[in-house]
Amino acid sequence: MTALTVENVSKNFGGVAALKDISLDVQEGERRVLLGPNGAGKTTLFHTISGNVVPSAGRIALFGLDITRLRPDRRARLGLARTFQITNLFPRLTALDSVLLALGGASGRGMQLIRPLSSYRSLYGEAQQVLDRWGLAATARRIVRTLSYGEQRQLEIALALAGKPRLLLLDEPTAGLSPAETRRVVAMVHELPRDMTIVMIEHDMDVAFELADRIAVMHLGRLIAEGDEAAIRANKQVTEIYLGAE
Amino acid sequence: MTVRIWSLAGALAVLALLIALPDVVRGYYVALATKMLIFALFAMSLDLLLGYTGLASLGHATYFGVAAYTVALLVVRAGVNSATAFPAALAAATVTGVLFAPLALRARGSYFLMITFALAQVVWSIAFGWRSLTNGDDGMPNVVRPDFGWSLDNTVSFYHFVLATVGVAALLLAAIANSPFGRALRGIRESESRMQALGYDVWRYQYVAFVLSAFFAGIAGALYAYYNRFVGPEYLNVVQSAEALIMVILGGAGTLLGPAIGAALIVYLEDFVSSMTEHWVLVLGIIYVLVTLFAPRGLIGLVVEFRQRRAAK
Repeated sequence: MTALTVENVSKNFGGVAALKDISLDVQEGERRVLLGPNGAGKTTLFHTISGNVVPSAGRIALFGLDITRLRPDRRARLGLARTFQITNLFPRLTALDSVLLALGGASGRGMQLIRPLSSYRSLYGEAQQVLDRWGLAATARRIVRTLSYGEQRQLEIALALAGKPRLLLLDEPTAGLSPAETRRVVAMVHELPRDMTIVMIEHDMDVAFELADRIAVMHLGRLIAEGDEAAIRANKQVTEIYLGAE
Repeated sequence: MTVRIWSLAGALAVLALLIALPDVVRGYYVALATKMLIFALFAMSLDLLLGYTGLASLGHATYFGVAAYTVALLVVRAGVNSATAFPAALAAATVTGVLFAPLALRARGSYFLMITFALAQVVWSIAFGWRSLTNGDDGMPNVVRPDFGWSLDNTVSFYHFVLATVGVAALLLAAIANSPFGRALRGIRESESRMQALGYDVWRYQYVAFVLSAFFAGIAGALYAYYNRFVGPEYLNVVQSAEALIMVILGGAGTLLGPAIGAALIVYLEDFVSSMTEHWVLVLGIIYVLVTLFAPRGLIGLVVEFRQRRAAK
Protein backbone atom coordinates (compact mmCIF):
# COMPACT_ATOMS: atom_id res chain seq x y z
CA MET A 1 0.00 0.00 0.00
CA THR A 2 1.14 3.54 -0.64
CA ALA A 3 1.65 5.31 2.68
CA LEU A 4 2.29 8.76 1.30
CA THR A 5 1.46 10.26 -2.06
CA VAL A 6 2.75 13.68 -3.05
CA GLU A 7 1.28 14.72 -6.40
CA ASN A 8 2.50 17.75 -8.38
CA VAL A 9 2.95 19.84 -5.24
CA SER A 10 4.18 23.41 -5.65
CA LYS A 11 4.60 26.13 -3.08
CA ASN A 12 5.30 29.80 -3.67
CA PHE A 13 6.25 32.21 -0.92
CA GLY A 14 5.52 35.55 -2.51
CA GLY A 15 7.58 35.41 -5.69
CA VAL A 16 9.87 32.65 -4.49
CA ALA A 17 9.06 29.14 -5.68
CA ALA A 18 10.12 26.90 -2.79
CA LEU A 19 8.64 23.73 -4.29
CA LYS A 20 8.24 23.12 -8.02
CA ASP A 21 5.95 20.32 -9.08
CA ILE A 22 7.09 17.65 -6.65
CA SER A 23 5.70 14.14 -7.02
CA LEU A 24 6.66 11.36 -4.67
CA ASP A 25 5.28 7.97 -3.60
CA VAL A 26 6.38 6.27 -0.40
CA GLN A 27 5.29 2.67 0.20
CA GLU A 28 4.13 1.38 3.57
CA GLY A 29 7.11 0.33 5.68
CA GLU A 30 9.59 2.10 3.43
CA ARG A 31 12.44 4.20 4.81
CA ARG A 32 12.90 7.16 2.52
CA VAL A 33 15.61 9.74 2.91
CA LEU A 34 15.42 13.21 1.40
CA LEU A 35 18.77 14.65 0.41
CA GLY A 36 19.62 18.05 -0.93
CA PRO A 37 21.68 21.15 -0.21
CA ASN A 38 20.37 23.94 2.02
CA GLY A 39 17.46 25.77 0.46
CA ALA A 40 16.46 22.78 -1.67
CA GLY A 41 12.94 22.86 -0.18
CA LYS A 42 13.14 19.70 1.94
CA THR A 43 11.71 21.25 5.08
CA THR A 44 9.02 23.08 3.10
CA LEU A 45 8.02 19.73 1.61
CA PHE A 46 7.83 18.32 5.16
CA HIS A 47 5.66 21.25 6.21
CA THR A 48 3.20 20.58 3.39
CA ILE A 49 3.03 16.91 4.36
CA SER A 50 2.50 17.67 8.07
CA GLY A 51 0.05 20.50 7.35
CA ASN A 52 2.05 23.47 8.66
CA VAL A 53 2.17 24.88 5.14
CA VAL A 54 -0.66 24.61 2.61
CA PRO A 55 0.68 23.93 -0.91
CA SER A 56 -0.06 26.43 -3.68
CA ALA A 57 -0.91 23.56 -6.01
CA GLY A 58 -0.99 19.79 -5.96
CA ARG A 59 -2.35 17.08 -3.75
CA ILE A 60 -1.13 15.06 -0.77
CA ALA A 61 -2.61 11.75 0.37
CA LEU A 62 -1.97 9.69 3.48
CA PHE A 63 -2.81 5.99 3.03
CA GLY A 64 -5.06 6.92 0.14
CA LEU A 65 -6.88 9.67 2.04
CA ASP A 66 -6.60 13.20 0.64
CA ILE A 67 -5.13 15.38 3.40
CA THR A 68 -4.04 18.37 1.31
CA ARG A 69 -6.11 20.84 3.30
CA LEU A 70 -6.39 19.13 6.68
CA ARG A 71 -5.08 20.88 9.79
CA PRO A 72 -1.87 19.47 11.32
CA ASP A 73 -3.69 18.08 14.36
CA ARG A 74 -6.15 16.16 12.17
CA ARG A 75 -3.25 14.64 10.24
CA ALA A 76 -1.59 13.71 13.53
CA ARG A 77 -4.72 11.86 14.62
CA LEU A 78 -4.64 10.00 11.29
CA GLY A 79 -1.27 8.57 12.26
CA LEU A 80 1.24 11.14 11.05
CA ALA A 81 3.97 12.26 13.43
CA ARG A 82 6.92 14.55 12.89
CA THR A 83 9.98 16.04 14.54
CA PHE A 84 11.21 19.54 13.90
CA GLN A 85 14.53 20.65 12.48
CA ILE A 86 14.78 23.32 15.15
CA THR A 87 14.04 21.54 18.42
CA ASN A 88 10.40 22.20 19.27
CA LEU A 89 9.68 20.93 22.77
CA PHE A 90 8.03 22.18 25.96
CA PRO A 91 10.99 24.02 27.59
CA ARG A 92 9.42 24.52 31.02
CA LEU A 93 7.72 21.14 31.41
CA THR A 94 9.34 17.91 32.56
CA ALA A 95 10.28 15.18 30.09
CA LEU A 96 7.62 12.94 31.62
CA ASP A 97 4.93 15.61 31.24
CA SER A 98 5.96 16.07 27.62
CA VAL A 99 5.50 12.36 26.91
CA LEU A 100 2.18 12.40 28.78
CA LEU A 101 1.05 15.17 26.44
CA ALA A 102 2.20 13.16 23.45
CA LEU A 103 0.21 10.14 24.65
CA GLY A 104 -2.82 12.31 25.41
CA GLY A 105 -2.85 13.84 21.94
CA ALA A 106 -2.96 10.46 20.28
CA SER A 107 -5.70 9.11 22.52
CA GLY A 108 -7.83 12.25 22.53
CA ARG A 109 -7.92 12.17 26.34
CA GLY A 110 -6.68 15.74 26.66
CA MET A 111 -10.08 17.37 26.93
CA GLN A 112 -10.88 15.78 30.27
CA LEU A 113 -11.37 18.51 32.85
CA ILE A 114 -11.72 16.29 35.89
CA ARG A 115 -8.83 14.12 36.87
CA PRO A 116 -9.43 10.38 36.63
CA LEU A 117 -6.76 8.94 38.92
CA SER A 118 -7.20 5.29 37.89
CA SER A 119 -6.60 5.80 34.17
CA TYR A 120 -3.79 8.14 35.15
CA ARG A 121 -1.58 5.50 36.73
CA SER A 122 -1.54 3.43 33.56
CA LEU A 123 -0.82 6.55 31.52
CA TYR A 124 2.12 7.48 33.77
CA GLY A 125 3.46 3.94 33.45
CA GLU A 126 3.14 4.10 29.69
CA ALA A 127 4.95 7.46 29.58
CA GLN A 128 7.78 6.15 31.73
CA GLN A 129 8.07 3.15 29.39
CA VAL A 130 8.44 5.45 26.39
CA LEU A 131 11.29 7.27 28.15
CA ASP A 132 12.90 3.99 29.25
CA ARG A 133 12.71 2.58 25.76
CA TRP A 134 14.54 5.53 24.18
CA GLY A 135 17.24 5.79 26.81
CA LEU A 136 15.72 8.79 28.57
CA ALA A 137 14.67 7.03 31.79
CA ALA A 138 16.79 9.27 33.99
CA THR A 139 15.38 12.48 32.53
CA ALA A 140 11.74 11.87 33.53
CA ARG A 141 11.56 14.46 36.32
CA ARG A 142 13.88 16.98 34.71
CA ILE A 143 12.75 20.22 33.09
CA VAL A 144 13.20 19.91 29.33
CA ARG A 145 15.15 23.17 29.12
CA THR A 146 17.87 21.69 31.34
CA LEU A 147 18.40 18.58 29.18
CA SER A 148 21.46 18.35 26.95
CA TYR A 149 21.00 19.06 23.25
CA GLY A 150 21.40 15.39 22.44
CA GLU A 151 18.79 14.41 25.01
CA GLN A 152 16.43 17.04 23.60
CA ARG A 153 16.83 15.62 20.07
CA GLN A 154 16.11 12.15 21.41
CA LEU A 155 13.05 13.47 23.24
CA GLU A 156 11.83 15.02 19.97
CA ILE A 157 11.84 11.57 18.42
CA ALA A 158 10.38 9.91 21.53
CA LEU A 159 7.45 12.38 21.50
CA ALA A 160 6.78 11.70 17.83
CA LEU A 161 6.85 7.95 18.47
CA ALA A 162 4.72 7.97 21.64
CA GLY A 163 1.49 8.00 19.64
CA LYS A 164 2.60 4.95 17.58
CA PRO A 165 2.37 6.74 14.22
CA ARG A 166 2.00 4.98 10.87
CA LEU A 167 4.04 7.64 9.07
CA LEU A 168 6.97 9.30 10.80
CA LEU A 169 8.67 12.42 9.43
CA LEU A 170 12.14 13.07 10.85
CA ASP A 171 13.63 16.48 10.02
CA GLU A 172 17.42 16.21 10.40
CA PRO A 173 17.32 14.07 13.53
CA THR A 174 21.11 13.91 13.81
CA ALA A 175 21.90 17.56 13.07
CA GLY A 176 24.36 18.95 15.60
CA LEU A 177 24.82 15.65 17.41
CA SER A 178 28.15 14.12 18.43
CA PRO A 179 29.15 10.89 16.62
CA ALA A 180 28.13 8.86 19.69
CA GLU A 181 24.75 10.57 19.88
CA THR A 182 24.26 10.11 16.14
CA ARG A 183 24.86 6.37 16.54
CA ARG A 184 22.26 6.27 19.30
CA VAL A 185 19.67 7.96 17.04
CA VAL A 186 20.50 5.62 14.15
CA ALA A 187 20.03 2.68 16.52
CA MET A 188 16.71 4.17 17.60
CA VAL A 189 15.50 4.28 14.01
CA HIS A 190 16.73 0.72 13.38
CA GLU A 191 14.69 -0.49 16.35
CA LEU A 192 11.44 0.94 15.00
CA PRO A 193 8.86 -1.57 13.81
CA ARG A 194 9.43 -2.41 10.16
CA ASP A 195 5.82 -1.61 9.16
CA MET A 196 6.29 2.01 10.26
CA THR A 197 6.87 4.25 7.25
CA ILE A 198 9.63 6.80 7.73
CA VAL A 199 10.52 9.83 5.66
CA MET A 200 13.65 11.54 6.86
CA ILE A 201 15.69 14.59 5.94
CA GLU A 202 19.34 13.85 6.57
CA HIS A 203 22.58 15.63 5.77
CA ASP A 204 24.92 12.95 7.06
CA MET A 205 25.65 10.72 4.03
CA ASP A 206 26.63 7.69 6.09
CA VAL A 207 23.42 7.91 8.09
CA ALA A 208 21.37 8.45 4.94
CA PHE A 209 22.77 5.47 3.06
CA GLU A 210 22.62 3.26 6.16
CA LEU A 211 18.96 3.88 6.92
CA ALA A 212 17.39 4.47 3.53
CA ASP A 213 15.60 1.94 1.35
CA ARG A 214 15.25 4.63 -1.25
CA ILE A 215 16.60 8.14 -1.55
CA ALA A 216 15.11 11.23 -3.16
CA VAL A 217 17.34 14.18 -3.99
CA MET A 218 16.02 17.74 -4.13
CA HIS A 219 17.65 20.82 -5.56
CA LEU A 220 16.23 24.36 -5.82
CA GLY A 221 12.67 23.20 -5.19
CA ARG A 222 12.76 20.32 -7.68
CA LEU A 223 13.03 16.58 -7.27
CA ILE A 224 16.04 15.71 -9.42
CA ALA A 225 16.70 12.06 -8.63
CA GLU A 226 15.11 9.07 -6.95
CA GLY A 227 16.42 5.58 -6.36
CA ASP A 228 18.43 3.25 -4.15
CA GLU A 229 21.93 3.92 -2.88
CA ALA A 230 23.68 2.64 -6.01
CA ALA A 231 21.47 4.68 -8.33
CA ILE A 232 22.02 7.87 -6.36
CA ARG A 233 25.78 7.33 -6.14
CA ALA A 234 25.86 6.74 -9.89
CA ASN A 235 23.73 9.78 -10.74
CA LYS A 236 25.96 12.39 -12.35
CA GLN A 237 23.74 15.37 -11.66
CA VAL A 238 23.57 14.48 -7.98
CA THR A 239 27.31 14.10 -7.78
CA GLU A 240 27.75 17.50 -9.32
CA ILE A 241 25.35 19.57 -7.24
CA TYR A 242 25.20 17.73 -3.99
CA LEU A 243 28.13 15.45 -3.42
CA GLY A 244 30.38 18.00 -5.11
CA ALA A 245 33.91 17.37 -3.96
CA GLU A 246 33.26 13.73 -2.95
CA MET B 1 4.73 12.36 50.35
CA THR B 2 5.77 14.33 53.42
CA VAL B 3 5.81 17.46 51.27
CA ARG B 4 2.19 16.78 50.40
CA ILE B 5 1.19 16.34 54.04
CA TRP B 6 2.92 19.56 54.99
CA SER B 7 1.34 21.58 52.21
CA LEU B 8 -2.07 20.10 53.11
CA ALA B 9 -1.51 21.05 56.76
CA GLY B 10 -0.43 24.50 55.63
CA ALA B 11 -3.52 24.95 53.48
CA LEU B 12 -5.79 23.85 56.34
CA ALA B 13 -4.07 26.26 58.73
CA VAL B 14 -4.52 29.14 56.28
CA LEU B 15 -8.17 28.18 55.81
CA ALA B 16 -8.77 28.09 59.59
CA LEU B 17 -7.10 31.48 59.87
CA LEU B 18 -9.26 32.91 57.09
CA ILE B 19 -12.45 31.58 58.70
CA ALA B 20 -11.48 32.99 62.10
CA LEU B 21 -10.27 36.31 60.68
CA PRO B 22 -13.36 38.37 61.68
CA ASP B 23 -12.75 37.38 65.32
CA VAL B 24 -9.22 38.74 65.15
CA VAL B 25 -9.36 42.00 63.20
CA ARG B 26 -11.63 45.04 63.02
CA GLY B 27 -14.57 45.27 60.62
CA TYR B 28 -12.67 47.56 58.28
CA TYR B 29 -10.05 44.89 57.66
CA VAL B 30 -12.70 42.19 57.29
CA ALA B 31 -14.15 44.24 54.44
CA LEU B 32 -10.67 44.71 52.98
CA ALA B 33 -10.03 40.95 53.23
CA THR B 34 -13.33 40.37 51.41
CA LYS B 35 -12.12 42.56 48.57
CA MET B 36 -8.79 40.70 48.54
CA LEU B 37 -10.61 37.39 48.14
CA ILE B 38 -12.75 38.71 45.29
CA PHE B 39 -9.73 40.02 43.41
CA ALA B 40 -7.77 36.87 44.18
CA LEU B 41 -10.43 34.96 42.23
CA PHE B 42 -10.39 37.57 39.45
CA ALA B 43 -6.60 37.28 39.14
CA MET B 44 -6.69 33.46 39.23
CA SER B 45 -9.30 33.45 36.45
CA LEU B 46 -7.04 35.62 34.31
CA ASP B 47 -4.08 33.37 35.06
CA LEU B 48 -5.88 30.43 33.48
CA LEU B 49 -5.43 32.39 30.23
CA LEU B 50 -2.17 34.21 30.85
CA GLY B 51 -0.15 31.80 32.97
CA TYR B 52 -1.49 28.43 31.82
CA THR B 53 -2.47 28.99 28.19
CA GLY B 54 0.00 31.78 27.40
CA LEU B 55 -2.62 34.27 26.16
CA ALA B 56 -2.22 37.80 27.56
CA SER B 57 -5.62 39.49 27.68
CA LEU B 58 -6.02 43.20 28.30
CA GLY B 59 -9.78 42.92 28.44
CA HIS B 60 -10.47 40.66 31.34
CA ALA B 61 -12.48 43.36 33.15
CA THR B 62 -15.17 42.73 30.52
CA TYR B 63 -16.34 39.46 32.06
CA PHE B 64 -15.97 40.81 35.58
CA GLY B 65 -17.96 43.93 34.66
CA VAL B 66 -20.60 42.17 32.56
CA ALA B 67 -21.41 39.93 35.54
CA ALA B 68 -21.50 42.92 37.91
CA TYR B 69 -23.75 44.91 35.58
CA THR B 70 -26.03 41.91 35.06
CA VAL B 71 -26.55 41.68 38.82
CA ALA B 72 -27.20 45.42 39.08
CA LEU B 73 -29.53 45.62 36.08
CA LEU B 74 -31.57 42.62 37.20
CA VAL B 75 -31.80 43.72 40.83
CA VAL B 76 -32.17 47.49 40.41
CA ARG B 77 -33.95 47.77 37.05
CA ALA B 78 -35.92 44.54 36.82
CA GLY B 79 -36.52 43.93 40.52
CA VAL B 80 -35.23 40.38 40.29
CA ASN B 81 -34.28 38.62 43.51
CA SER B 82 -30.61 39.23 44.18
CA ALA B 83 -29.81 35.54 44.68
CA THR B 84 -31.43 34.66 41.33
CA ALA B 85 -29.36 37.35 39.66
CA PHE B 86 -26.15 35.53 40.63
CA PRO B 87 -26.41 32.55 38.24
CA ALA B 88 -27.76 34.91 35.56
CA ALA B 89 -24.64 37.05 35.95
CA LEU B 90 -22.38 34.00 35.55
CA ALA B 91 -24.33 33.01 32.44
CA ALA B 92 -23.94 36.53 31.01
CA ALA B 93 -20.18 36.56 31.61
CA THR B 94 -19.83 33.08 30.09
CA VAL B 95 -21.90 33.97 27.02
CA THR B 96 -19.80 37.10 26.53
CA GLY B 97 -16.74 34.86 26.61
CA VAL B 98 -18.32 32.45 24.14
CA LEU B 99 -18.95 35.35 21.73
CA PHE B 100 -15.67 37.24 22.20
CA ALA B 101 -13.29 34.25 22.22
CA PRO B 102 -13.57 33.48 18.48
CA LEU B 103 -12.80 37.12 17.68
CA ALA B 104 -9.82 37.39 20.03
CA LEU B 105 -8.44 33.97 19.09
CA ARG B 106 -7.98 35.01 15.49
CA ALA B 107 -4.73 36.55 16.69
CA ARG B 108 -1.86 35.71 19.03
CA GLY B 109 0.61 37.61 21.13
CA SER B 110 0.30 41.38 21.22
CA TYR B 111 -2.46 41.27 18.58
CA PHE B 112 -4.53 39.07 20.87
CA LEU B 113 -3.91 41.63 23.59
CA MET B 114 -5.09 44.46 21.33
CA ILE B 115 -8.26 42.69 20.23
CA THR B 116 -9.24 41.84 23.81
CA PHE B 117 -8.56 45.46 24.71
CA ALA B 118 -10.70 46.76 21.82
CA LEU B 119 -13.59 44.44 22.70
CA ALA B 120 -13.38 45.54 26.33
CA GLN B 121 -13.52 49.19 25.29
CA VAL B 122 -16.69 48.51 23.30
CA VAL B 123 -18.39 47.01 26.36
CA TRP B 124 -17.10 49.82 28.55
CA SER B 125 -18.45 52.47 26.19
CA ILE B 126 -21.89 50.84 26.23
CA ALA B 127 -21.96 50.93 30.03
CA PHE B 128 -20.63 54.48 29.96
CA GLY B 129 -22.81 55.82 27.17
CA TRP B 130 -26.21 54.17 27.60
CA ARG B 131 -27.30 56.48 30.39
CA SER B 132 -30.99 55.58 30.36
CA LEU B 133 -30.12 51.97 31.16
CA THR B 134 -26.91 52.12 33.17
CA ASN B 135 -26.82 55.69 34.56
CA GLY B 136 -23.57 56.08 32.63
CA ASP B 137 -20.72 57.48 34.67
CA ASP B 138 -22.87 57.77 37.82
CA GLY B 139 -23.19 54.00 38.05
CA MET B 140 -25.98 52.08 39.73
CA PRO B 141 -26.37 52.10 43.51
CA ASN B 142 -28.76 50.05 45.67
CA VAL B 143 -27.56 46.62 44.54
CA VAL B 144 -28.92 44.61 47.45
CA ARG B 145 -27.03 41.56 48.62
CA PRO B 146 -28.66 38.15 48.28
CA ASP B 147 -30.44 36.53 51.20
CA PHE B 148 -30.13 32.75 51.41
CA GLY B 149 -32.16 32.51 54.58
CA TRP B 150 -29.37 34.25 56.43
CA SER B 151 -28.66 37.89 55.73
CA LEU B 152 -25.41 38.90 54.05
CA ASP B 153 -25.88 42.52 55.04
CA ASN B 154 -23.30 42.55 57.79
CA THR B 155 -19.61 42.56 56.98
CA VAL B 156 -18.78 39.28 58.70
CA SER B 157 -21.50 37.11 57.16
CA PHE B 158 -20.76 38.55 53.71
CA TYR B 159 -17.06 37.84 54.25
CA HIS B 160 -17.85 34.20 55.01
CA PHE B 161 -20.11 33.97 51.96
CA VAL B 162 -17.32 35.33 49.74
CA LEU B 163 -14.75 33.06 51.40
CA ALA B 164 -16.90 30.00 50.70
CA THR B 165 -17.63 31.01 47.09
CA VAL B 166 -14.06 31.93 46.26
CA GLY B 167 -12.85 28.78 48.04
CA VAL B 168 -15.04 26.51 45.93
CA ALA B 169 -14.09 28.40 42.74
CA ALA B 170 -10.38 28.13 43.61
CA LEU B 171 -10.73 24.38 44.18
CA LEU B 172 -12.40 24.03 40.79
CA LEU B 173 -9.63 26.06 39.16
CA ALA B 174 -7.00 23.89 40.86
CA ALA B 175 -8.76 20.75 39.62
CA ILE B 176 -8.79 22.14 36.08
CA ALA B 177 -5.14 23.20 36.29
CA ASN B 178 -4.12 19.68 37.36
CA SER B 179 -6.34 17.80 34.92
CA PRO B 180 -5.16 16.47 31.54
CA PHE B 181 -6.84 19.56 30.12
CA GLY B 182 -4.73 21.83 32.33
CA ARG B 183 -1.57 20.04 31.25
CA ALA B 184 -2.60 20.45 27.61
CA LEU B 185 -2.98 24.20 28.24
CA ARG B 186 0.59 24.35 29.60
CA GLY B 187 1.75 22.45 26.54
CA ILE B 188 0.04 25.01 24.30
CA ARG B 189 1.70 27.82 26.26
CA GLU B 190 5.08 26.19 25.64
CA SER B 191 4.60 25.36 21.95
CA GLU B 192 1.43 25.60 19.89
CA SER B 193 2.99 24.02 16.82
CA ARG B 194 4.34 21.05 18.76
CA MET B 195 0.91 20.47 20.35
CA GLN B 196 -0.69 20.57 16.91
CA ALA B 197 1.85 18.09 15.61
CA LEU B 198 0.89 15.82 18.51
CA GLY B 199 -2.76 15.89 17.44
CA TYR B 200 -4.21 18.59 19.68
CA ASP B 201 -6.85 20.91 18.28
CA VAL B 202 -5.10 23.90 19.84
CA TRP B 203 -7.81 26.41 19.00
CA ARG B 204 -10.48 24.37 20.78
CA TYR B 205 -8.41 24.19 23.96
CA GLN B 206 -7.74 27.93 23.88
CA TYR B 207 -11.43 28.56 23.30
CA VAL B 208 -12.49 26.45 26.27
CA ALA B 209 -9.83 28.09 28.45
CA PHE B 210 -11.05 31.54 27.38
CA VAL B 211 -14.67 30.72 28.24
CA LEU B 212 -13.77 29.11 31.58
CA SER B 213 -11.67 32.14 32.40
CA ALA B 214 -14.63 34.42 31.61
CA PHE B 215 -16.90 32.29 33.81
CA PHE B 216 -14.61 32.54 36.84
CA ALA B 217 -14.07 36.27 36.27
CA GLY B 218 -17.86 36.53 36.25
CA ILE B 219 -18.09 35.01 39.74
CA ALA B 220 -15.65 37.64 40.99
CA GLY B 221 -17.55 40.44 39.24
CA ALA B 222 -20.93 39.42 40.67
CA LEU B 223 -19.42 39.22 44.16
CA TYR B 224 -17.90 42.67 43.72
CA ALA B 225 -21.29 44.14 42.78
CA TYR B 226 -22.67 42.76 46.06
CA TYR B 227 -19.60 43.91 47.94
CA ASN B 228 -19.93 47.57 46.95
CA ARG B 229 -23.73 47.40 46.57
CA PHE B 230 -22.88 49.45 43.48
CA VAL B 231 -21.62 49.08 39.93
CA GLY B 232 -19.97 51.69 37.72
CA PRO B 233 -18.19 51.77 34.36
CA GLU B 234 -14.82 51.66 36.13
CA TYR B 235 -15.50 47.92 36.67
CA LEU B 236 -15.12 47.53 32.89
CA ASN B 237 -12.24 49.94 32.59
CA VAL B 238 -8.86 49.09 31.06
CA VAL B 239 -7.27 50.02 34.40
CA GLN B 240 -9.23 47.17 35.95
CA SER B 241 -7.92 44.78 33.28
CA ALA B 242 -4.36 46.04 33.67
CA GLU B 243 -4.54 45.78 37.45
CA ALA B 244 -5.51 42.13 37.10
CA LEU B 245 -2.55 41.53 34.79
CA ILE B 246 -0.21 43.13 37.31
CA MET B 247 -1.69 41.02 40.13
CA VAL B 248 -0.92 37.87 38.13
CA ILE B 249 2.58 38.97 37.12
CA LEU B 250 3.46 40.26 40.60
CA GLY B 251 2.40 36.99 42.25
CA GLY B 252 3.74 34.69 39.55
CA ALA B 253 1.96 33.59 36.37
CA GLY B 254 1.35 29.91 35.84
CA THR B 255 0.50 29.18 39.46
CA LEU B 256 -2.81 29.76 41.23
CA LEU B 257 -1.36 30.76 44.59
CA GLY B 258 0.80 33.48 43.00
CA PRO B 259 -2.01 35.57 41.50
CA ALA B 260 -4.02 35.23 44.73
CA ILE B 261 -1.08 36.62 46.72
CA GLY B 262 -0.50 39.30 44.07
CA ALA B 263 -4.15 40.33 44.27
CA ALA B 264 -4.10 40.54 48.06
CA LEU B 265 -0.95 42.68 47.95
CA ILE B 266 -2.28 45.04 45.29
CA VAL B 267 -5.62 45.46 47.07
CA TYR B 268 -3.84 46.17 50.35
CA LEU B 269 -1.41 48.62 48.73
CA GLU B 270 -4.20 50.40 46.88
CA ASP B 271 -6.07 50.85 50.14
CA PHE B 272 -2.92 52.03 51.94
CA VAL B 273 -1.69 54.37 49.20
CA SER B 274 -5.14 55.81 48.51
CA SER B 275 -5.34 56.99 52.11
CA MET B 276 -2.33 59.22 51.42
CA THR B 277 -2.47 60.24 47.76
CA GLU B 278 -4.82 59.98 44.83
CA HIS B 279 -2.03 58.93 42.48
CA TRP B 280 -2.55 55.21 42.99
CA VAL B 281 -2.14 54.39 39.31
CA LEU B 282 1.31 56.00 39.38
CA VAL B 283 2.33 53.74 42.25
CA LEU B 284 0.86 50.77 40.39
CA GLY B 285 3.04 51.65 37.40
CA ILE B 286 6.15 51.76 39.57
CA ILE B 287 5.29 48.37 41.07
CA TYR B 288 4.93 46.96 37.57
CA VAL B 289 8.33 48.29 36.47
CA LEU B 290 10.02 46.96 39.62
CA VAL B 291 8.47 43.51 39.23
CA THR B 292 9.44 43.16 35.57
CA LEU B 293 12.99 44.29 36.39
CA PHE B 294 13.68 42.35 39.57
CA ALA B 295 11.15 39.52 39.75
CA PRO B 296 10.05 38.73 36.18
CA ARG B 297 8.63 35.40 37.36
CA GLY B 298 6.78 37.03 40.25
CA LEU B 299 7.02 36.52 43.99
CA ILE B 300 6.45 32.76 43.64
CA GLY B 301 9.30 32.73 41.12
CA LEU B 302 11.58 34.42 43.66
CA VAL B 303 10.76 31.76 46.25
CA VAL B 304 11.39 28.95 43.76
CA GLU B 305 14.72 30.48 42.69
CA PHE B 306 15.77 30.94 46.31
CA ARG B 307 14.99 27.27 47.04
CA GLN B 308 16.83 26.10 43.93
CA ARG B 309 19.87 28.15 44.86
CA ARG B 310 19.82 26.77 48.41
CA ALA B 311 19.39 23.22 47.06
CA ALA B 312 22.34 23.75 44.71
CA LYS B 313 24.67 24.68 47.57
